[in-house]
Amino acid sequence: MPGHEKSLPSGEAVQWRLRVNGEDAVVSAPVHKTLLEVLREDLRLTGTKHGCELGECGTCTVLVDGEPILSCLTVPAALQGREITTVEGMETADGLHPLQRAFAELGAAQCGYCTPGFLLAAMALLDGDADPDRGRIVEALGGNLCRCTGYLKIYEAVELAAARMRGEDAEPSEEVLYGGA
Amino acid sequence: MVEPDGRPDRDGAELRVVGTSLPKVDAVAKVTGRTKFADDLFLPRMLHCKMLRSTEAHAKIVSIDTSRAEAMEGVVDVLVGEDLPIPYGILPVSQDEHALCLDRVRFVGDPVAAVAAVDEETAFDAMHRIEVEYEPLEPVASVEDALDAEDPELHLYGDGHNVHKAVALEFGDVDAALSEADLVQEDVLFYEGNTHLPMEQHAALADWTPEEKLTLWTSSQTPHYVHRALAKVLEMKPAKIRVIATPNGGGFGGKSDPFNHEIVVAELARRTGRPVKIALTREEVFYCHRGRHPVLMWVKSGFRKDGSITGMHFRSFLDGGAYGSYGVATTYYTGALQTVTYPVPAYKFEGLRAFTNKPPCGPKRGHGTPQPRFALEVHLDKVAARLGLDPARMRLDHLVEPQSVTANYLKIGSMGLGRCIETVVEESGWEGKFGRLPDGRGIGLACGSYISGAGLPIYWNNMPHSGVQLKLDRGGGVTVFCGSTDIGQGSDSVLAYVVAEVLGVDPFEIEVVTADTSLTPVDLGSYSSRVTLMTGNAALQAAERARELLVKAVGEEWGVPGNRIGFGEGRVFDVEDPVRAIEFAEAVVLAEAAFGTIGTVGSYTPPKSPGRYKGAGVGPTPAYSYAAAAVEVTVDRETGETRVDEVWIAHDIGKAINPVLAIGQVEGSVYMGMGEALMEEMTYRADRGVVHRHPSLLEYKSPTTHEMCPVHTYLIEDPDPEGPFGAKEVGQGPLLPIPPAIVNAVHDAVGARIDAIPLTPERVLAALDRGAAGEEAREGPGAPPEFAWPEPVRVPPPWAGGDGRAVDDPRHIGAGGVRESAREPEGAAP
Repeated sequence: MPGHEKSLPSGEAVQWRLRVNGEDAVVSAPVHKTLLEVLREDLRLTGTKHGCELGECGTCTVLVDGEPILSCLTVPAALQGREITTVEGMETADGLHPLQRAFAELGAAQCGYCTPGFLLAAMALLDGDADPDRGRIVEALGGNLCRCTGYLKIYEAVELAAARMRGEDAEPSEEVLYGGA
Repeated sequence: MVEPDGRPDRDGAELRVVGTSLPKVDAVAKVTGRTKFADDLFLPRMLHCKMLRSTEAHAKIVSIDTSRAEAMEGVVDVLVGEDLPIPYGILPVSQDEHALCLDRVRFVGDPVAAVAAVDEETAFDAMHRIEVEYEPLEPVASVEDALDAEDPELHLYGDGHNVHKAVALEFGDVDAALSEADLVQEDVLFYEGNTHLPMEQHAALADWTPEEKLTLWTSSQTPHYVHRALAKVLEMKPAKIRVIATPNGGGFGGKSDPFNHEIVVAELARRTGRPVKIALTREEVFYCHRGRHPVLMWVKSGFRKDGSITGMHFRSFLDGGAYGSYGVATTYYTGALQTVTYPVPAYKFEGLRAFTNKPPCGPKRGHGTPQPRFALEVHLDKVAARLGLDPARMRLDHLVEPQSVTANYLKIGSMGLGRCIETVVEESGWEGKFGRLPDGRGIGLACGSYISGAGLPIYWNNMPHSGVQLKLDRGGGVTVFCGSTDIGQGSDSVLAYVVAEVLGVDPFEIEVVTADTSLTPVDLGSYSSRVTLMTGNAALQAAERARELLVKAVGEEWGVPGNRIGFGEGRVFDVEDPVRAIEFAEAVVLAEAAFGTIGTVGSYTPPKSPGRYKGAGVGPTPAYSYAAAAVEVTVDRETGETRVDEVWIAHDIGKAINPVLAIGQVEGSVYMGMGEALMEEMTYRADRGVVHRHPSLLEYKSPTTHEMCPVHTYLIEDPDPEGPFGAKEVGQGPLLPIPPAIVNAVHDAVGARIDAIPLTPERVLAALDRGAAGEEAREGPGAPPEFAWPEPVRVPPPWAGGDGRAVDDPRHIGAGGVRESAREPEGAAP
C-alpha cells in the first residue's frame, strides 16, 4: 500500500545463546529486547513477572550466576555464557525448593505475583548466609515490593526454609500459624 | 495434609479442616510460577493493543487524525470513541464512562484512541502517530473548584453543579442531643487519596470466533459486572460472551470496575477476528485508579462526662475525580458505619462527592470507611484527653450491644470489640505505656468495624449474591464451581476447605473452578469483604445437599439410619461401628447408582435489613467484623519523621476458616493502613493541580521491608450465626484502626495533633512549630467549604418508635397508610 511507514530499524533480530535453568536456549530477538521480555515472550517462562519495567519494584528479579538482577533492565547481550535462574529452575529432583515449600506453608504468597522475585532474592541471600538474622533478610529483600503480605510471612518463610536447609527439623511456631494469646 | 486432631467447633463437633492452618489450594502453583495471570496468556495470531491517552486534564476533542497510524505496516485496526458510543459504569445510576472518549476528555490519562498491531512495539509507535486536536477547558482541581459555579461542569447529571451526589440523613434530633451534652467537640480532618498499587498491572486478552462468540480473560475482581458491561456496550447477547477472571496479582478494589481497556480489546477482537491483548504500563495503572477518595471531614459530637456520646453530626466532602465509578456508594459509606462501634443515640450525616479533572476514585480496601473511621477515632482520642479519661477505658465503657439495631438501622449481630480492646491493652502493656513513655515515644489506640459483604447487590435484583455448584464423580472426585475470583485472599481455598469439611475429604484433592461466566454460577465478585461469608454459605449448602444424598445411599445399603453415617479421612463410616467403612468414592458410586449423576447447588442471599429509607442500602451486612489496634511510635522532633515500632492488633473474625491465611490478611491490612497513614498519596501538580505528581512505583511511596514493623495478631473468635462455621470478614476491617492509632500515638509521643494524613514530616514539624510558638500544636485543615445541603431524610431511631422508614415516607408507621411501591433502594454497594 502506498504511504506505508516502516517501523524502527532496531527491530532487526539478532540470535542469542542463553543458558537458562541449566539448559541452552537459542533466541532470536532485537538487541533492545530485555531479558524479561525474552524470558516471557520468546521462552514462555512466564513465571518471571513485571511490575513496572523501570527497575523500581523487584518483581522481575532473576538470578545471574547466583546474584539477583532486575531482568527488566538487562539485555541478553550482557548475559552470553552466564547462568540465568528463574523461578521455573528452583525445583529440584526432590521436589519444591525449601523456600517454595515454606512460602506455601505460611501463606507468604498471597496473590503470588511478586513471589518469584522474592523467592529468587531470598535464594541468593541463603546461598551466601545460611543463618541470616531478621535485619539481613530485611536488607536483602528491601528492593522487592509486596502489596499483600506486609512482608512478615515472607520473613518467617525465609527463616523456616533457612533452618530446614541447615538440616534442622524446623516447623512453624504456634504464634506464626495461629496468632498470639 | 489434614491433621486428625481437629479443633472443636461451637457445637463441640470435631472440625478437621476448618480452623486449621493449611496452605492454600493454589499455593504450589503460586510458588512455582505456574499460576497464569492475564498477561501470561498467549494465543496464535494474537494482536497487541495500546491506548492513546489524553495529555489534557479537561478539553473538548476537536478532531482525531488516525491516518498515519493506520498506514503503518503491522497496524491492523484503530478505534476511536465513536466506534463504541454506548456509555457504561459500575453503578446503574452512574453510566458516565465511554470506552474511548467521545467528544471530551476529563483527566490526563483518559483514553481517546486504541491501536491493534502485530506486536507491542508497532502498536506503541502507531499510537504516537495519532494526532488529536484539543480545545482546552478550565480544569476543576478540587472540591472547592467543583462547587464554584464559574468552573465548567464535567458531567450533565448529578445533584448540582459538579456535584455527583449529595446526601443528608438524620436519625433523631441531633441539635437537642448536642445541647444535652457536658462537652461538645468539633473537628475538621482530612484523609488524602491513595491508590491500590497492585503488583500486577491490569491486563486483558480477548478472543473472537467465527460463531460470533467472545471470550475475555482479564485481571478483574468482578467478572460478572464486566460481563454485563460488555453485553451492554457491544450490544451482544450475554450468552455469547464469556468472561474469565484470571487470578488477580493483587486487587484491593482496584480491579472492581468494568474498564475501558477490557471493552476496547473485546471490540478490536470482534473487528479483526483475531485475539487481542493489552497489558497496561504502570503509569496507566495510576490512571485507572479507582482508589481511596480524598475526604475532608467535619464532625461535631456531644459527650457526657463518662465519655458516652449524646449525638453526632458528621459531614464529608469527597473529591471523586472524573467519573462516577462506585462513588454514590462511597459517599454513603463515609457516613454509614460511625454508629456500629459506640452507641450514637442521635446521628446526622451530610456528604457530597464532587467531580474533578483527575483519575476517578472508587473502592479501596475498606471502601469509604477508613476516612470517617480515622476522623472518629482521632476525635474520640481528643475527647478522652479533655475529659481526663483513658482512651481505651472510655471506648470499653461504651460499646454497641450485640444483637441490637443502631440509630441508622444497621443490625448488629455478634460484637467482639470489647475482647479486641482488652486483648491489645493487655498484650501491648498499654497501662504502663500510655502517657508514660519518654518524650518522642508514644502509644495510641483505635478501633474499627467493617462489613462481611454488602446487604444489597450493585444492580437491583432479588437473586442470590453467591452460587455454588458441586459435582461428585464416581471416581471420588469433587469439583466446586463458583463465580468468585481469587485475588490472593484465598477464596478458592475457602471453597475447598468448606466442602472438604462437610464431605470428609482432603481439600487438596478437590478441584476448584472459579470466575468463569460460562462455567460457574454467579458470585457478585471479590469486593466488600463478602466472599468468605457468602460463597462459604453457598458452598456449605451445596456440600450438605451432596452429603445428604450419600448418607441416604449408604444408609440404605447398610440398613442403618442416616444419623449413623459419618464422613472423614476420605471415608464414609458407621459412627457406631467405625470399622465398617468405605472409601468416599464407593459412597459416590452407591449414590450415583441410586439417584443418577450427583450434582448439587447452593446459594446465598443476605438477610433483609431493617432500614427502609432512601440510602438504607449502604451499610447493612450479614455480620460486622471488629478490630482494635495499639501502635507504638517514635517521633523525631528534629526531622518530624514518624517510625512505627510495633503493632498489636486483635480482630473479631467470628471463626477463622484458616488462621494462618487470616493472619496474613490482618498483617497485609496493617501494612496498607500504615502506608496510607505515613506516606501514600495520589497528589497532583502543575496545570492547576491536575497532573499526577508521580505515576511510578519509585516516586509513589509505599512501605518497603525497611518501614515494616513487627505485628502481633490476635484472632478473636466468637462465631456469628450468619457466617459459614461462624466466620466473618478479615480482608479489609483490620486496616481501619491503623491510621488513627498511629496519629493518636504521635500525640502521645510529642503532644501534637495531626488532623491530616499522610502524616508527613512536614505536617508533624508544622504542628510542633505552632506548639513551640504558643499556639495549638495542631496541623490540619481549616473550615470546610460552604454548601447548601439538601433537607435531610428524617428517620426516627428504633428507640424513638421508628420503623426504619423516613417520616415523609407514606408507608412510615406514623404516616397512617401502608402503600408498597417497587422503587429500588438507592446506593447498593461494595
